[in-house]
Amino acid sequence: MHGMTDGIMAALLVLNLALLGTSRLAFCITLVAAQGVLTGLLPLVSSSGVTLRTLFLAAAVIALKGVVFPRLLSNAIRGADVRREVEPYVGWGLSLLLGLGLLGISFWLGAKLPLPAAAPEAALVVPGAICTILIGLLVIVSRKKAVTQVAGYLVLENGIAAFGLAVVPDVPLLIELGILLDVFVAVFVMAIMIYRISQEFDHIDADRLSALKG
Amino acid sequence: MMDCFLLACAVLLCGGAGAALLRAFPAASAGLGAGSAVLGALLGLASAIECLRLNGSYERSFPWDMPFGSLTIGMDGLSAFFCLVIFGLAALTAVYGFGYLRRERGRTGLAWCWFNVLVLGMALVAVARNGLLFLIAWEVMSLSSFFLVAHEAEKPEVRKAAWTYLVATHIGAAFVLAMFVLLGTAAGSLDFEDMASLKGAGREFAALIFALAVIGFGTKAGFFPLHVWLPEAHPAAPSHVSALLSGAMIKTGLYALLRCLSFVGPPEPWWGWLLIGIGIVSGLFGVVSALAQHDLKRLLAYHSVENIGIAALGLGLGLLGWSAGNWTLAALGFAGALLHVLNHAVFKGLLFLCAGSVLHATGTRAIERLGGLSARMPVTAFTFFVGAAAICGLPPLNGFASEFLIYLGAFKGVMLADAGIAVPAAALVAALALIGGLAAACFAKAFGVVFLGEGRSEDAARAREGPLAMRGPMLALAAACVAIGLGAFALMPFLAPAVGIITGTPAELFAQPLAEAGRLLLVIALASAALILATALAALLRARLLRGRAVTRAATWDCGYAAPTARMQYTGSSFAQPLLDLFRPFLRVRTELRPPEGLFPKKASFATHADDAARERIFAPIFAFVDSLFSRLRWVQEGRVHVYVLYIALTLLALLVFAL
Repeated sequence: MHGMTDGIMAALLVLNLALLGTSRLAFCITLVAAQGVLTGLLPLVSSSGVTLRTLFLAAAVIALKGVVFPRLLSNAIRGADVRREVEPYVGWGLSLLLGLGLLGISFWLGAKLPLPAAAPEAALVVPGAICTILIGLLVIVSRKKAVTQVAGYLVLENGIAAFGLAVVPDVPLLIELGILLDVFVAVFVMAIMIYRISQEFDHIDADRLSALKG
Repeated sequence: MMDCFLLACAVLLCGGAGAALLRAFPAASAGLGAGSAVLGALLGLASAIECLRLNGSYERSFPWDMPFGSLTIGMDGLSAFFCLVIFGLAALTAVYGFGYLRRERGRTGLAWCWFNVLVLGMALVAVARNGLLFLIAWEVMSLSSFFLVAHEAEKPEVRKAAWTYLVATHIGAAFVLAMFVLLGTAAGSLDFEDMASLKGAGREFAALIFALAVIGFGTKAGFFPLHVWLPEAHPAAPSHVSALLSGAMIKTGLYALLRCLSFVGPPEPWWGWLLIGIGIVSGLFGVVSALAQHDLKRLLAYHSVENIGIAALGLGLGLLGWSAGNWTLAALGFAGALLHVLNHAVFKGLLFLCAGSVLHATGTRAIERLGGLSARMPVTAFTFFVGAAAICGLPPLNGFASEFLIYLGAFKGVMLADAGIAVPAAALVAALALIGGLAAACFAKAFGVVFLGEGRSEDAARAREGPLAMRGPMLALAAACVAIGLGAFALMPFLAPAVGIITGTPAELFAQPLAEAGRLLLVIALASAALILATALAALLRARLLRGRAVTRAATWDCGYAAPTARMQYTGSSFAQPLLDLFRPFLRVRTELRPPEGLFPKKASFATHADDAARERIFAPIFAFVDSLFSRLRWVQEGRVHVYVLYIALTLLALLVFAL
């Protein structure tokens, strides 16, 4: 199954880079949804294989990240009437370059990171997961629209989930579901916030929120 | 016993929460808040008195999922003594506060919640038997009192005072935290039981713990120069809270210091010298600063610094005795300090309640705008007089009893051949005498200007006595002043176990010298009772002689001057001026003088402002320096979410790279 895991991780990395290069918000949401579905598939191909537990977990993850979150976010951008990320702090080209740099750092870190004995043999898991986390942070830092930042947050969470699933094979179901619930609530609240902010201020640019500080 | 205490905690907690939840219904909220505070305090008082009476030591543990923490509370002679002070004063101030806050009902729901939480926090500080539990209770106490100080937060000076208090209390807490970390690592656990086994763990270690405790707990207690928050916070808080803060909360600092001494003793002589030095400086500085004040509650706040200084003198003497193995000295010093804690709670609580009563009636705390209140507010005037006489340490009242114990110990110390004890003891006697004299001068000023003469403003001339809920607690505390003054000899047996807990030696060592002191106090009490009786007889005789004769009041002869005004009276500033001139080098009194000019002078003015010397000369420069240092880091605070996330990301990455 290592081949499958590596394949999924490679797809995650490609989606990461695609996310850095796109400005259309609807496409961003699609990319993040696709990434969520792929993360959901990870438990099925992990060392524990297809069991009732992993099936349940995969179904829950795919339903939330593949269906519910995109819906919430699409509704939010429709409500706020925004289409594109314009004038980010870091341009698209530079973002891609930074992304590649982060990928390099991730491989370097992945090679040096001391892992528990039960670590996966698949080569791409650790660097892929770290890279996803870092690129999620990069998206949060470099983009202005609140929706893109939520997307960055989800990418970050995907990275953490991938890391957890890959490195610790037997995380209790309850913890997984708990984390999933947390993320759900966070996205739910953020979607509402985006809607509210756009209602109040006619825009959802997070950088202009600094005008509110005392 | 502990059940009673736990019940008290539960009542306070529920009552506080109820008062906050019901704040839409002001009458119910105030009634519930004050009622639960009184009930909880009475229950707690019962458990404390029971423990003192049976001379027992109780401990109770509960399961608690907290790393390093254990929910262990215990009650022994020392804890019970401080619980007595805390709960006794809390019950009376709660009754008083019910009447005092009646006018501003509708915004007192949260105040009652914090009041209950404050009482709970103080009681938990006194019974905590684990470092973590202690720190949590300490913070609960500090924060709830911060919210109480900030009760009238719409006034800028109240906000400033509340911030000063918050900063000061947390600087103190930082030292306390460091101390507990050190104690905990040395003992291997944060339980007090394990810390008590550290006795004689090495001189440097013990000295370090002692120094941290003096700074950390001294900030709460109000040792000079750490007292700077006291004259700010006490006047700003509502008066019944001032009474509780000054009477009970600052004493938790002394309690904690004593508890820590019981971990790291036996002391070295310099510990005693240090505390006697602190006591002399705090006492003199407090009383001289009080003389310079124009604000009645600020004046009382400086007297708290003075009285904490007197308690520190007792502690220092006790430490000297303990370090030399002279148990008579230790008994008299520690017992004097403990008794002074109780006495100060009684008379300073009383004085703050009286000041609150004056503020309630006239709307001002400015001494120079008051006057003539004894005719309009006889109960307040009488009780203030009793409290003032007690705080000056005059014989029939309680202030005398505790100072007598300290004097007695100091004179015994002076007789010793050891210069390390005799010299500080002699300095103590001189300082205590000077403090007493200056305090008498200060209260002659306060009582004379506020209650005698003619009202200096419209408000003072219209003042009326407050409701029964306010007068009752004042009368009760005044009665306690007399009762403790006369019955101090009966309290001696209860002080010996508390002193035994501090030194960790059997209480029997201290019972004998204290019983001896008790016999002396009994003689004094008999003489005092005779004096009171004689005064009463004289009053009776006067009433008898005057019966059937007309008693008239007439204006004072004004030398024929046609247009006298109340403002021509001797003022508080003029009363204090000769003494203040003597101490001018140690104070910061700014004077603004516009002398009369020409043959027919029109306008002239004179004003004095007494700034706190420690605040202006020590803390202002330090804080200005730290401020300038930190303002160089202002660029880090960008105000953009993105930049903050970037900081987090870069930190994470740097840590990862660094670690691998």
